[in-house]
Amino acid sequence: MSTSALFAATGGFDPLTGGEVMVAQNIAFAIMAVTMLVSAVRMVTTRNVVHAALYLVIVLAGAAGTFILLGAEFVGVTQVLVYIGAIIVLFLFGIMLTKGSFGDDDDVDGERRSMAAMVGALVLAVMAAALVDTFRDAELSRAQPSLTADVGDLIFSQYIVPFEAISVLLLAALIGAIVVARGD
Amino acid sequence: MSSTILAIELAYWQQTGLRALLGIVAVLLPAGTLVYLFLFKMMSFMQSRLGPMEAGPYGSLQLLAEVGKFLQKEDLIPAAADRVVFKLAPFVVLISTFLLVLVIPAGPDLWFIDIDTGIFLALAVSSISVIGILMAGWASANKYSLIGGLRAAGQLVAYELPLVLAVMGVVIQAGTLNVQGIVMAQASGEIFGWGGIGNPFILTQFVGFAIFLVAVQAELTQPPFDMPVAESELVTGYLTEYSGLRFLMFFIGEFATAGIFSALAATMFLGGWYVPGLDPTDNLFNVIGPLVLIGKMVLVAFLIFWFRFTYPRFREDQLQQLAWKFLIPLSLVNIVATGVLKVVF
Repeated sequence: MSTSALFAATGGFDPLTGGEVMVAQNIAFAIMAVTMLVSAVRMVTTRNVVHAALYLVIVLAGAAGTFILLGAEFVGVTQVLVYIGAIIVLFLFGIMLTKGSFGDDDDVDGERRSMAAMVGALVLAVMAAALVDTFRDAELSRAQPSLTADVGDLIFSQYIVPFEAISVLLLAALIGAIVVARGD
Repeated sequence: MSSTILAIELAYWQQTGLRALLGIVAVLLPAGTLVYLFLFKMMSFMQSRLGPMEAGPYGSLQLLAEVGKFLQKEDLIPAAADRVVFKLAPFVVLISTFLLVLVIPAGPDLWFIDIDTGIFLALAVSSISVIGILMAGWASANKYSLIGGLRAAGQLVAYELPLVLAVMGVVIQAGTLNVQGIVMAQASGEIFGWGGIGNPFILTQFVGFAIFLVAVQAELTQPPFDMPVAESELVTGYLTEYSGLRFLMFFIGEFATAGIFSALAATMFLGGWYVPGLDPTDNLFNVIGPLVLIGKMVLVAFLIFWFRFTYPRFREDQLQQLAWKFLIPLSLVNIVATGVLKVVF
Protein backbone atom coordinates (compact mmCIF):
# COMPACT_ATOMS: atom_id res chain seq x y z
CA MET A 1 0.00 0.00 0.00
CA SER A 2 1.40 3.38 -0.91
CA THR A 3 2.04 5.95 1.80
CA SER A 4 -0.79 8.22 0.71
CA ALA A 5 -3.26 5.33 0.52
CA LEU A 6 -2.25 4.25 4.03
CA PHE A 7 -2.61 7.82 5.18
CA ALA A 8 -6.13 8.03 3.69
CA ALA A 9 -7.19 4.62 5.03
CA THR A 10 -6.36 5.52 8.62
CA GLY A 11 -7.85 9.00 8.37
CA GLY A 12 -4.46 10.62 8.84
CA PHE A 13 -3.77 8.89 12.13
CA ASP A 14 -1.10 6.37 13.01
CA PRO A 15 -2.90 3.05 13.69
CA LEU A 16 -0.35 2.12 16.40
CA THR A 17 -0.03 5.26 18.53
CA GLY A 18 -3.12 7.17 17.47
CA GLY A 19 -0.96 10.23 16.77
CA GLU A 20 -1.00 12.20 13.55
CA VAL A 21 1.15 10.69 10.77
CA MET A 22 3.71 13.17 9.48
CA VAL A 23 4.26 11.96 5.91
CA ALA A 24 6.57 14.74 4.68
CA GLN A 25 8.69 14.52 7.81
CA ASN A 26 8.99 10.76 7.51
CA ILE A 27 10.07 10.95 3.88
CA ALA A 28 12.61 13.68 4.71
CA PHE A 29 13.94 11.62 7.58
CA ALA A 30 14.28 8.50 5.40
CA ILE A 31 16.27 10.37 2.76
CA MET A 32 18.54 11.96 5.36
CA ALA A 33 19.05 8.74 7.28
CA VAL A 34 20.11 6.79 4.19
CA THR A 35 22.44 9.59 3.06
CA MET A 36 23.98 9.82 6.51
CA LEU A 37 24.46 6.08 6.79
CA VAL A 38 26.14 5.75 3.38
CA SER A 39 28.37 8.77 4.06
CA ALA A 40 29.32 7.50 7.50
CA VAL A 41 30.38 4.13 6.07
CA ARG A 42 32.27 5.79 3.22
CA MET A 43 33.96 8.10 5.72
CA VAL A 44 35.62 5.25 7.59
CA THR A 45 36.36 3.12 4.51
CA THR A 46 37.84 5.73 2.16
CA ARG A 47 41.63 5.93 2.04
CA ASN A 48 41.68 9.60 1.11
CA VAL A 49 41.83 11.76 4.25
CA VAL A 50 40.29 14.85 2.62
CA HIS A 51 37.43 12.74 1.23
CA ALA A 52 36.86 11.36 4.73
CA ALA A 53 36.54 14.90 6.10
CA LEU A 54 34.09 15.82 3.32
CA TYR A 55 31.96 12.73 4.00
CA LEU A 56 31.91 13.83 7.64
CA VAL A 57 30.42 17.14 6.47
CA ILE A 58 27.47 15.25 4.95
CA VAL A 59 26.97 13.21 8.14
CA LEU A 60 27.01 16.34 10.32
CA ALA A 61 24.66 18.18 7.96
CA GLY A 62 22.29 15.22 8.22
CA ALA A 63 22.48 15.40 12.01
CA ALA A 64 21.64 19.11 11.85
CA GLY A 65 18.71 18.33 9.56
CA THR A 66 17.45 15.68 11.99
CA PHE A 67 17.55 18.18 14.86
CA ILE A 68 15.52 20.64 12.80
CA LEU A 69 13.01 17.89 11.93
CA LEU A 70 12.61 17.28 15.66
CA GLY A 71 11.82 20.97 16.18
CA ALA A 72 15.14 21.72 17.89
CA GLU A 73 16.03 24.64 15.63
CA PHE A 74 18.66 26.21 17.84
CA VAL A 75 20.60 22.96 18.29
CA GLY A 76 20.43 22.22 14.56
CA VAL A 77 21.72 25.66 13.55
CA THR A 78 24.45 25.49 16.21
CA GLN A 79 25.47 22.12 14.75
CA VAL A 80 25.98 23.78 11.35
CA LEU A 81 27.83 26.80 12.76
CA VAL A 82 30.15 24.91 15.12
CA TYR A 83 30.77 21.57 13.43
CA ILE A 84 30.56 22.35 9.70
CA GLY A 85 31.62 26.00 9.85
CA ALA A 86 34.46 25.68 12.33
CA ILE A 87 35.59 22.17 13.25
CA ILE A 88 35.55 20.63 9.76
CA VAL A 89 37.24 23.74 8.37
CA LEU A 90 40.01 23.29 10.96
CA PHE A 91 40.26 19.58 10.02
CA LEU A 92 40.63 20.42 6.34
CA PHE A 93 43.01 23.26 7.12
CA GLY A 94 45.22 20.95 9.18
CA ILE A 95 45.18 18.14 6.58
CA MET A 96 45.98 20.49 3.71
CA LEU A 97 48.80 22.23 5.61
CA THR A 98 50.54 19.04 6.67
CA LYS A 99 49.80 16.41 4.04
CA GLY A 100 52.40 16.17 1.31
CA SER A 101 50.81 13.59 -0.96
CA PHE A 102 47.71 13.98 -3.11
CA GLY A 103 45.24 11.14 -3.51
CA ASP A 104 44.87 7.85 -1.64
CA ASP A 105 46.97 7.08 1.42
CA ASP A 106 47.79 3.41 1.97
CA ASP A 107 48.78 3.81 5.60
CA VAL A 108 45.41 5.35 6.52
CA ASP A 109 43.84 1.91 6.95
CA GLY A 110 45.48 0.48 10.08
CA GLU A 111 45.35 -2.93 11.76
CA ARG A 112 43.07 -1.50 14.44
CA ARG A 113 40.03 -2.00 12.26
CA SER A 114 38.49 -4.73 14.46
CA MET A 115 39.17 -2.69 17.60
CA ALA A 116 37.38 0.33 16.07
CA ALA A 117 34.43 -1.84 15.04
CA MET A 118 34.19 -3.17 18.59
CA VAL A 119 34.22 0.31 20.15
CA GLY A 120 31.58 1.40 17.63
CA ALA A 121 29.32 -1.54 18.46
CA LEU A 122 29.78 -0.92 22.19
CA VAL A 123 28.85 2.77 21.90
CA LEU A 124 25.78 1.85 19.84
CA ALA A 125 24.69 -0.72 22.45
CA VAL A 126 25.11 1.66 25.40
CA MET A 127 23.33 4.52 23.63
CA ALA A 128 20.47 2.33 22.44
CA ALA A 129 19.99 0.78 25.87
CA ALA A 130 20.06 4.18 27.59
CA LEU A 131 17.60 5.75 25.11
CA VAL A 132 15.15 2.85 25.15
CA ASP A 133 15.30 2.66 28.94
CA THR A 134 14.71 6.41 29.35
CA PHE A 135 11.81 6.91 26.99
CA ARG A 136 10.07 3.50 26.87
CA ASP A 137 6.67 4.08 25.25
CA ALA A 138 6.51 7.79 26.00
CA GLU A 139 5.53 9.88 23.01
CA LEU A 140 7.42 13.15 22.65
CA SER A 141 5.40 16.31 22.33
CA ARG A 142 5.45 17.61 18.77
CA ALA A 143 3.15 20.53 19.24
CA GLN A 144 5.60 23.37 18.54
CA PRO A 145 9.28 23.78 17.72
CA SER A 146 11.29 24.76 20.79
CA LEU A 147 11.98 28.50 21.01
CA THR A 148 15.52 29.84 21.31
CA ALA A 149 14.42 32.14 24.12
CA ASP A 150 13.23 29.11 26.14
CA VAL A 151 16.56 27.33 25.56
CA GLY A 152 18.38 30.45 26.80
CA ASP A 153 16.12 30.75 29.85
CA LEU A 154 16.75 27.12 30.79
CA ILE A 155 20.52 27.33 30.34
CA PHE A 156 20.80 30.46 32.49
CA SER A 157 18.45 29.32 35.26
CA GLN A 158 18.05 25.59 35.80
CA TYR A 159 21.29 24.47 34.14
CA ILE A 160 23.52 27.41 35.12
CA VAL A 161 26.00 25.28 37.10
CA PRO A 162 26.76 22.71 34.35
CA PHE A 163 26.89 25.54 31.81
CA GLU A 164 29.46 27.49 33.84
CA ALA A 165 31.45 24.30 34.51
CA ILE A 166 31.68 23.60 30.76
CA SER A 167 32.67 27.22 30.11
CA VAL A 168 35.54 26.97 32.60
CA LEU A 169 36.58 23.60 31.14
CA LEU A 170 36.70 25.06 27.61
CA LEU A 171 38.67 28.06 28.84
CA ALA A 172 41.16 25.74 30.55
CA ALA A 173 41.53 23.72 27.34
CA LEU A 174 42.08 26.94 25.39
CA ILE A 175 44.80 28.16 27.75
CA GLY A 176 46.34 24.68 27.77
CA ALA A 177 46.50 24.65 23.97
CA ILE A 178 48.24 28.02 23.94
CA VAL A 179 50.78 26.87 26.56
CA VAL A 180 51.53 23.67 24.62
CA ALA A 181 51.82 25.53 21.31
CA ARG A 182 54.16 28.20 22.72
CA GLY A 183 56.40 25.54 24.23
CA ASP A 184 57.98 27.64 26.99
CA MET B 1 5.33 34.22 2.11
CA SER B 2 1.83 33.63 3.37
CA SER B 3 -0.16 30.81 1.82
CA THR B 4 -2.64 33.11 0.08
CA ILE B 5 -1.73 35.45 -2.77
CA LEU B 6 -4.41 37.82 -4.12
CA ALA B 7 -6.97 35.72 -2.21
CA ILE B 8 -5.90 32.55 -4.05
CA GLU B 9 -5.11 29.66 -1.73
CA LEU B 10 -1.97 27.88 -2.90
CA ALA B 11 -1.21 24.19 -2.44
CA TYR B 12 1.99 23.16 -0.71
CA TRP B 13 3.79 22.22 -3.94
CA GLN B 14 2.74 25.50 -5.56
CA GLN B 15 4.10 27.46 -2.62
CA THR B 16 7.34 25.47 -2.74
CA GLY B 17 7.74 26.00 -6.48
CA LEU B 18 7.08 29.71 -6.12
CA ARG B 19 9.60 29.92 -3.28
CA ALA B 20 12.27 28.15 -5.36
CA LEU B 21 11.65 30.47 -8.32
CA LEU B 22 11.73 33.62 -6.18
CA GLY B 23 14.85 32.32 -4.42
CA ILE B 24 16.69 32.11 -7.75
CA VAL B 25 15.52 35.64 -8.63
CA ALA B 26 16.57 36.92 -5.19
CA VAL B 27 20.06 35.52 -5.71
CA LEU B 28 20.61 36.52 -9.34
CA LEU B 29 18.99 39.98 -9.25
CA PRO B 30 21.32 41.56 -6.65
CA ALA B 31 24.33 39.85 -8.24
CA GLY B 32 23.52 41.32 -11.67
CA THR B 33 22.67 44.74 -10.24
CA LEU B 34 25.91 44.98 -8.28
CA VAL B 35 28.12 43.75 -11.13
CA TYR B 36 26.67 46.26 -13.59
CA LEU B 37 26.25 49.26 -11.28
CA PHE B 38 29.47 48.97 -9.34
CA LEU B 39 31.98 46.62 -11.00
CA PHE B 40 31.30 47.84 -14.55
CA LYS B 41 30.27 51.46 -14.11
CA MET B 42 31.33 52.86 -10.73
CA MET B 43 34.84 51.40 -10.91
CA SER B 44 35.22 52.75 -14.43
CA PHE B 45 34.13 56.25 -13.41
CA MET B 46 36.51 56.19 -10.43
CA GLN B 47 39.31 55.32 -12.86
CA SER B 48 38.32 58.03 -15.39
CA ARG B 49 37.02 55.68 -18.07
CA LEU B 50 33.57 54.83 -19.42
CA GLY B 51 33.34 51.07 -18.91
CA PRO B 52 31.19 48.94 -21.22
CA MET B 53 29.23 51.18 -23.65
CA GLU B 54 28.47 49.04 -26.70
CA ALA B 55 25.95 46.35 -25.66
CA GLY B 56 22.62 48.10 -25.10
CA PRO B 57 22.14 51.64 -23.76
CA TYR B 58 25.17 52.54 -21.58
CA GLY B 59 26.34 48.94 -21.86
CA SER B 60 23.45 47.69 -19.76
CA LEU B 61 23.21 44.42 -21.71
CA GLN B 62 26.92 43.70 -21.27
CA LEU B 63 26.04 41.21 -18.50
CA LEU B 64 24.09 38.99 -20.90
CA ALA B 65 27.03 39.03 -23.29
CA GLU B 66 29.38 38.07 -20.46
CA VAL B 67 27.17 35.18 -19.33
CA GLY B 68 26.92 33.96 -22.92
CA LYS B 69 30.70 34.08 -23.21
CA PHE B 70 31.21 32.02 -20.05
CA LEU B 71 28.62 29.44 -21.10
CA GLN B 72 30.42 28.85 -24.40
CA LYS B 73 33.82 28.24 -22.82
CA GLU B 74 35.20 24.74 -22.34
CA ASP B 75 34.89 23.30 -18.85
CA LEU B 76 38.56 22.53 -18.25
CA ILE B 77 39.62 20.14 -15.49
CA PRO B 78 43.35 19.69 -14.78
CA ALA B 79 44.65 16.14 -15.40
CA ALA B 80 45.95 15.73 -11.83
CA ALA B 81 42.86 17.22 -10.18
CA ASP B 82 40.53 15.34 -7.86
CA ARG B 83 37.72 15.42 -10.39
CA VAL B 84 34.66 14.89 -8.18
CA VAL B 85 35.70 17.38 -5.49
CA PHE B 86 36.81 19.85 -8.16
CA LYS B 87 33.40 19.70 -9.85
CA LEU B 88 31.42 19.92 -6.60
CA ALA B 89 33.25 22.89 -5.06
CA PRO B 90 31.35 25.71 -6.88
CA PHE B 91 28.03 24.08 -5.96
CA VAL B 92 28.93 24.11 -2.26
CA VAL B 93 29.68 27.85 -2.47
CA LEU B 94 26.35 28.47 -4.25
CA ILE B 95 24.41 26.38 -1.70
CA SER B 96 25.68 28.70 1.01
CA THR B 97 24.49 31.72 -0.99
CA PHE B 98 21.05 30.26 -1.68
CA LEU B 99 20.50 29.32 1.96
CA LEU B 100 21.56 32.80 3.04
CA VAL B 101 18.85 34.53 1.01
CA LEU B 102 16.10 32.57 2.76
CA VAL B 103 16.06 34.50 6.02
CA ILE B 104 15.65 38.02 4.59
CA PRO B 105 12.06 39.31 4.67
CA ALA B 106 10.92 41.78 1.99
CA GLY B 107 7.58 42.77 3.55
CA PRO B 108 5.25 41.94 6.44
CA ASP B 109 4.01 38.82 4.62
CA LEU B 110 6.86 38.40 2.12
CA TRP B 111 9.35 35.90 3.46
CA PHE B 112 10.78 32.53 2.47
CA ILE B 113 11.03 31.08 5.97
CA ASP B 114 10.00 32.87 9.15
CA ILE B 115 11.96 30.91 11.73
CA ASP B 116 12.81 31.66 15.31
CA THR B 117 16.60 31.44 14.86
CA GLY B 118 16.62 33.67 11.71
CA ILE B 119 19.80 35.71 11.87
CA PHE B 120 21.69 32.89 13.62
CA LEU B 121 20.82 30.57 10.71
CA ALA B 122 22.12 33.16 8.23
CA LEU B 123 25.47 33.40 10.00
CA ALA B 124 25.71 29.60 10.27
CA VAL B 125 25.06 28.89 6.58
CA SER B 126 27.38 31.69 5.46
CA SER B 127 30.24 29.64 6.93
CA ILE B 128 29.53 26.69 4.60
CA SER B 129 31.18 28.55 1.71
CA VAL B 130 34.58 28.15 3.40
CA ILE B 131 34.36 24.41 2.78
CA GLY B 132 33.64 25.01 -0.91
CA ILE B 133 36.65 27.30 -1.19
CA LEU B 134 38.94 24.80 0.58
CA MET B 135 37.62 22.04 -1.72
CA ALA B 136 38.37 24.17 -4.78
CA GLY B 137 41.86 25.03 -3.57
CA TRP B 138 42.78 21.47 -2.69
CA ALA B 139 41.19 19.63 -5.62
CA SER B 140 42.91 21.80 -8.23
CA ALA B 141 46.25 20.02 -7.46
CA ASN B 142 48.05 23.31 -7.91
CA LYS B 143 50.18 24.98 -5.27
CA TYR B 144 48.87 28.49 -6.01
CA SER B 145 45.31 27.23 -5.64
CA LEU B 146 46.15 25.45 -2.38
CA ILE B 147 47.85 28.52 -0.89
CA GLY B 148 44.87 30.62 -1.98
CA GLY B 149 42.42 28.17 -0.41
CA LEU B 150 44.35 28.08 2.87
CA ARG B 151 44.62 31.86 3.02
CA ALA B 152 40.89 32.12 2.35
CA ALA B 153 40.07 29.65 5.12
CA GLY B 154 42.31 31.41 7.65
CA GLN B 155 40.79 34.76 6.76
CA LEU B 156 37.17 33.60 6.74
CA VAL B 157 37.48 31.84 10.10
CA ALA B 158 39.09 34.95 11.63
CA TYR B 159 36.47 37.38 10.32
CA GLU B 160 33.48 35.19 11.09
CA LEU B 161 33.90 36.03 14.79
CA PRO B 162 33.55 39.84 14.47
CA LEU B 163 30.68 39.22 12.00
CA VAL B 164 28.74 37.16 14.55
CA LEU B 165 29.65 39.39 17.49
CA ALA B 166 28.63 42.58 15.63
CA VAL B 167 25.17 41.12 15.04
CA MET B 168 24.87 40.27 18.73
CA GLY B 169 24.38 43.94 19.68
CA VAL B 170 21.38 44.18 17.34
CA VAL B 171 19.94 40.95 18.71
CA ILE B 172 20.25 42.19 22.30
CA GLN B 173 18.56 45.45 21.42
CA ALA B 174 15.73 43.88 19.43
CA GLY B 175 15.30 41.05 21.93
CA THR B 176 14.88 38.44 19.17
CA LEU B 177 16.89 36.44 16.64
CA ASN B 178 13.97 36.45 14.20
CA VAL B 179 14.74 38.78 11.29
CA GLN B 180 11.12 39.88 10.89
CA GLY B 181 11.14 40.64 14.63
CA ILE B 182 14.27 42.78 14.21
CA VAL B 183 12.57 44.79 11.44
CA MET B 184 9.44 45.24 13.58
CA ALA B 185 11.54 46.30 16.61
CA GLN B 186 13.08 49.05 14.46
CA ALA B 187 9.75 50.07 12.89
CA SER B 188 7.97 50.39 16.23
CA GLY B 189 10.97 51.75 18.16
CA GLU B 190 11.18 55.23 19.60
CA ILE B 191 14.09 57.64 20.00
CA PHE B 192 13.65 59.15 23.49
CA GLY B 193 9.89 58.94 23.12
CA TRP B 194 9.81 60.26 19.53
CA GLY B 195 8.59 57.58 17.11
CA GLY B 196 8.69 59.64 13.90
CA ILE B 197 11.20 57.49 12.06
CA GLY B 198 11.13 54.41 14.28
CA ASN B 199 14.53 53.49 15.66
CA PRO B 200 16.89 52.21 12.95
CA PHE B 201 19.65 50.38 14.81
CA ILE B 202 22.41 52.17 12.88
CA LEU B 203 21.89 55.06 15.34
CA THR B 204 22.50 53.01 18.46
CA GLN B 205 24.63 50.25 16.92
CA PHE B 206 26.90 52.30 14.69
CA VAL B 207 29.98 50.46 15.99
CA GLY B 208 28.31 47.15 15.19
CA PHE B 209 27.41 48.40 11.69
CA ALA B 210 31.01 49.44 10.99
CA ILE B 211 32.42 46.12 12.28
CA PHE B 212 29.81 44.21 10.25
CA LEU B 213 30.77 46.00 7.03
CA VAL B 214 34.51 45.41 7.55
CA ALA B 215 33.89 41.73 8.35
CA VAL B 216 31.64 41.34 5.29
CA GLN B 217 34.35 42.85 3.12
CA ALA B 218 36.78 40.24 4.46
CA GLU B 219 34.25 37.40 4.12
CA LEU B 220 33.82 38.27 0.44
CA THR B 221 37.63 38.16 -0.05
CA GLN B 222 37.40 41.51 -1.80
CA PRO B 223 40.10 44.18 -1.80
CA PRO B 224 41.53 45.33 0.62
CA PHE B 225 41.15 41.78 1.98
CA ASP B 226 41.87 39.89 -1.25
CA MET B 227 44.99 38.01 -0.11
CA PRO B 228 43.39 34.65 -1.15
CA VAL B 229 43.08 35.72 -4.79
CA ALA B 230 46.04 38.13 -4.86
CA GLU B 231 46.63 38.10 -8.62
CA SER B 232 50.23 39.37 -8.48
CA GLU B 233 51.27 36.52 -6.17
CA LEU B 234 48.87 33.60 -6.65
CA VAL B 235 47.52 34.01 -10.22
CA THR B 236 43.90 33.98 -8.89
CA GLY B 237 44.29 31.72 -5.88
CA TYR B 238 41.69 28.98 -5.58
CA LEU B 239 40.00 30.15 -8.82
CA THR B 240 43.12 29.61 -10.95
CA GLU B 241 42.08 26.31 -12.57
CA TYR B 242 38.40 27.13 -13.03
CA SER B 243 36.95 28.19 -16.36
CA GLY B 244 33.62 28.52 -18.10
CA LEU B 245 30.46 27.72 -16.18
CA ARG B 246 32.20 26.74 -12.93
CA PHE B 247 34.13 30.02 -12.81
CA LEU B 248 30.84 31.82 -13.48
CA MET B 249 29.29 30.02 -10.51
CA PHE B 250 32.06 31.24 -8.18
CA PHE B 251 31.69 34.73 -9.65
CA ILE B 252 27.90 34.77 -9.16
CA GLY B 253 28.40 33.35 -5.67
CA GLU B 254 30.74 36.19 -4.73
CA PHE B 255 28.53 39.01 -5.98
CA ALA B 256 25.26 37.45 -4.88
CA THR B 257 26.73 37.03 -1.40
CA ALA B 258 27.83 40.67 -1.48
CA GLY B 259 24.24 41.65 -2.32
CA ILE B 260 22.67 39.39 0.28
CA PHE B 261 25.03 40.53 3.03
CA SER B 262 24.21 44.13 2.07
CA ALA B 263 20.51 43.31 2.31
CA LEU B 264 21.14 41.68 5.68
CA ALA B 265 22.98 44.79 6.91
CA ALA B 266 20.15 46.96 5.55
CA THR B 267 17.63 44.77 7.39
CA MET B 268 19.45 44.81 10.70
CA PHE B 269 20.71 48.39 10.80
CA LEU B 270 18.61 50.48 8.37
CA GLY B 271 15.14 49.12 9.08
CA GLY B 272 14.81 46.60 6.23
CA TRP B 273 11.65 46.90 4.13
CA TYR B 274 10.17 49.58 6.44
CA VAL B 275 9.96 53.27 5.52
CA PRO B 276 8.83 55.81 8.15
CA GLY B 277 5.36 57.31 8.01
CA LEU B 278 3.35 54.15 7.44
CA ASP B 279 2.00 51.49 9.74
CA PRO B 280 4.43 48.51 9.61
CA THR B 281 1.55 46.05 9.22
CA ASP B 282 0.16 47.99 6.25
CA ASN B 283 -0.55 45.75 3.27
CA LEU B 284 1.13 48.33 1.04
CA PHE B 285 4.50 47.11 2.30
CA ASN B 286 3.96 43.79 0.53
CA VAL B 287 4.19 45.79 -2.70
CA ILE B 288 6.79 48.47 -1.97
CA GLY B 289 8.77 46.43 0.59
CA PRO B 290 10.98 44.63 -1.97
CA LEU B 291 11.75 47.94 -3.72
CA VAL B 292 12.63 49.65 -0.43
CA LEU B 293 14.84 46.72 0.53
CA ILE B 294 16.64 46.75 -2.84
CA GLY B 295 17.18 50.51 -2.51
CA LYS B 296 18.73 50.13 0.94
CA MET B 297 20.75 47.14 -0.25
CA VAL B 298 22.26 49.17 -3.11
CA LEU B 299 23.10 51.91 -0.60
CA VAL B 300 25.03 49.52 1.68
CA ALA B 301 26.63 47.77 -1.30
CA PHE B 302 27.80 51.18 -2.51
CA LEU B 303 29.82 51.55 0.72
CA ILE B 304 31.29 48.04 0.35
CA PHE B 305 32.35 48.59 -3.26
CA TRP B 306 33.60 52.10 -2.53
CA PHE B 307 36.08 50.55 -0.07
CA ARG B 308 36.85 47.82 -2.58
CA PHE B 309 37.95 50.23 -5.31
CA THR B 310 39.75 52.64 -2.97
CA TYR B 311 42.12 50.78 -0.68
CA PRO B 312 45.24 48.72 -1.51
CA ARG B 313 45.66 45.16 -0.27
CA PHE B 314 46.51 44.26 3.33
CA ARG B 315 49.51 42.12 4.23
CA GLU B 316 48.59 38.71 5.73
CA ASP B 317 49.80 39.60 9.25
CA GLN B 318 48.07 43.00 9.19
CA LEU B 319 44.87 41.27 8.15
CA GLN B 320 44.97 38.78 11.04
CA GLN B 321 45.94 41.50 13.53
CA LEU B 322 43.03 43.70 12.49
CA ALA B 323 40.61 40.84 13.17
CA TRP B 324 42.01 39.40 16.40
CA LYS B 325 43.51 42.45 18.10
CA PHE B 326 41.07 45.18 17.08
CA LEU B 327 37.70 44.05 15.70
CA ILE B 328 36.98 41.17 18.12
CA PRO B 329 37.82 43.11 21.33
CA LEU B 330 35.86 46.11 20.01
CA SER B 331 32.80 43.99 19.23
CA LEU B 332 32.98 42.38 22.70
CA VAL B 333 33.04 45.85 24.29
CA ASN B 334 30.07 46.77 22.08
CA ILE B 335 28.13 43.74 23.34
CA VAL B 336 28.86 44.57 27.00
CA ALA B 337 27.88 48.22 26.50
CA THR B 338 24.67 47.26 24.70
CA GLY B 339 23.78 44.75 27.42
CA VAL B 340 24.35 47.28 30.22
CA LEU B 341 22.34 50.00 28.44
CA LYS B 342 19.54 47.53 27.66
CA VAL B 343 19.20 46.74 31.37
CA VAL B 344 19.50 50.39 32.46
CA PHE B 345 16.91 51.80 30.04
